[in-house]
Amino acid sequence: MFRIFNLTFFVILLSITKANSLIEIDITRGNLDPLPIAVSPLFQDDNSKKNSKNELKIENVGSEISSVVENNLKTSGLFNPLSKEAFLQKPDIAHLKPRFEDWALIKAQALITGKVKIENKKLKVEFRLWDILAGREMMALAFTTVPSNWRRVGHIISDKVYERLTGEKGYFDTRIIYVSEEGAKTARVKKLAIMDQDGFNTKYLTLGNELVLTPRFNPTSQMVTYLSYFKNLPRVYLLDIETGTQEVVGDFPGMTFAPRFSPDGKKIIMSFAKDGNSDIYTMDLENRIVERITNHPSIDTSPSYSPDNKFITFNSDRSGFQQIYVMKSDGSNVKRISFGKGLYGTPVWSPRGDLIAFTKLHNGKFYIGVMRTDGSGERLLTENYYQEAPSWSPNGRVLIFYRETKSNDKGEGFSAKLWSIDLTGYNERQVQTETDASDPSWSSLLSN
Amino acid sequence: MNFKKSFRNTFLVILLSLIVSACATKKTTTTVEGQMQGDVYTGTDTVKYLADGVPDRVFFATNESILTTKSRDTLRKQANWLRENSSINVVVEGHADERGTREYNLALGERRANAAKDYLITYGISADRISVISYGKERPVDSGSNPLSWSKNRRSVTVKAN
Repeated sequence: MFRIFNLTFFVILLSITKANSLIEIDITRGNLDPLPIAVSPLFQDDNSKKNSKNELKIENVGSEISSVVENNLKTSGLFNPLSKEAFLQKPDIAHLKPRFEDWALIKAQALITGKVKIENKKLKVEFRLWDILAGREMMALAFTTVPSNWRRVGHIISDKVYERLTGEKGYFDTRIIYVSEEGAKTARVKKLAIMDQDGFNTKYLTLGNELVLTPRFNPTSQMVTYLSYFKNLPRVYLLDIETGTQEVVGDFPGMTFAPRFSPDGKKIIMSFAKDGNSDIYTMDLENRIVERITNHPSIDTSPSYSPDNKFITFNSDRSGFQQIYVMKSDGSNVKRISFGKGLYGTPVWSPRGDLIAFTKLHNGKFYIGVMRTDGSGERLLTENYYQEAPSWSPNGRVLIFYRETKSNDKGEGFSAKLWSIDLTGYNERQVQTETDASDPSWSSLLSN
Repeated sequence: MNFKKSFRNTFLVILLSLIVSACATKKTTTTVEGQMQGDVYTGTDTVKYLADGVPDRVFFATNESILTTKSRDTLRKQANWLRENSSINVVVEGHADERGTREYNLALGERRANAAKDYLITYGISADRISVISYGKERPVDSGSNPLSWSKNRRSVTVKAN
């Protein structure tokens, strides 16, 4: 039904120069001085332009791809793409051998060049990354894919450049699943929606007939787990994005909610509420075995595994108020880790393993923050009237979350939007969505 | 000088906390034109009726699922009505306000609905006539972002199921 992940890529590594380059970016600190980079439009000859127009209704797919790259690099906050008007060298010539002095003149420290060709219903793309200061090529790659994949080519190039210059995997060839929201606050219509990380290619996966909440990606496949009120029975569901098939998870005599996959993608961990008490359960997706993990008269919810599957962080009010806890995966050794002022919720373990992101409510304000997995080193990244539910980028460097605005007494002025912020607390940005949006979940990298 | 200042501040803090705790223990402070007691809604704006004199909903304090005296009174009326209408089954919907994380609020709504259900059971209504559903903060009745609106939304509502 939704065949959006069925994509084939052939990647040929032309070269990666590992020799000491003069440019590199430190992403562990807030970057107030982004790297000046020139993204030359990818060259396309006239014949290919004709094919491009026939296939994609876009004549210059080369410039379009370079815009995708430019936008990604800019949004990361680590790069400052320079204005193309200042470029002195033509794209095709620069791709063969840049005149480094020309690019140095406009203060570029790195340069991306490339060419594209559409032929026999295939899109061929080649790109190179150049170190202007050292005057040499840093990497070169070529791809072949179907023409309709052109935006993904832009994302893959962005990831390669990010990785080469920061030393860490990128997060651009990824998708965000979220809840699209429309209508009055008292009768909100919610649908599952999925889009590219940069807000393009939005698709709606449900029709809005029933309330849906909290979708989360499987880190290893194109499956999503979420809460649906189908037939007025709030239950955790599993959705295959490629085929569109969905099924209820387990056979629980009550509400199941707050689902998340284990990092190996083999289990779903969630809350099951019965008789006024919510506890944490897992279900193995292969053998369907259900295990109870917590057994406590308080509310236990929002569970999230550590990337090595050995621990679980979760939210509980067993102390009297919402706080964050960590336990072993079998439910033993429960320890409270949040001790600051206020209430803490929605803990999510970083894919790097070192941090837990959370929502904090204190003195009528909501914060998104991070702490170490033992609760030390709490850092609040952003404060607002209402915001919650952080989700990590696959490289653990960026958090996406949703933010709501205050309504007036008539209920006007309400909105819900997606935002992202760097782990450093810098580079806060609204993520564009077609409708109001909440509950974002970031996918793994689609390609590597 | 500094000592004096900090002494005065300490004194102020103690005085203030005495006032605050006095309010907290008495729980009779009425606010917003008599529509709230503590932060529990006591008005009738949003209340509907299952039958004459039988309100359909009860209200809760922030983060709480404890039934107030007034709530228990309402639920006893519902229990009487359910006894007289033994063919009617009900769904108790639990709700939370918008000032909490979504997942915790789903659990809180379920806890509130069950607090109401348990009280109905205590008054002789068979458990199999009452089902519960939590909507968390998903279905507010009042869309304002102020303490009075939030108090109307922290509720459990008994709805006829057949």
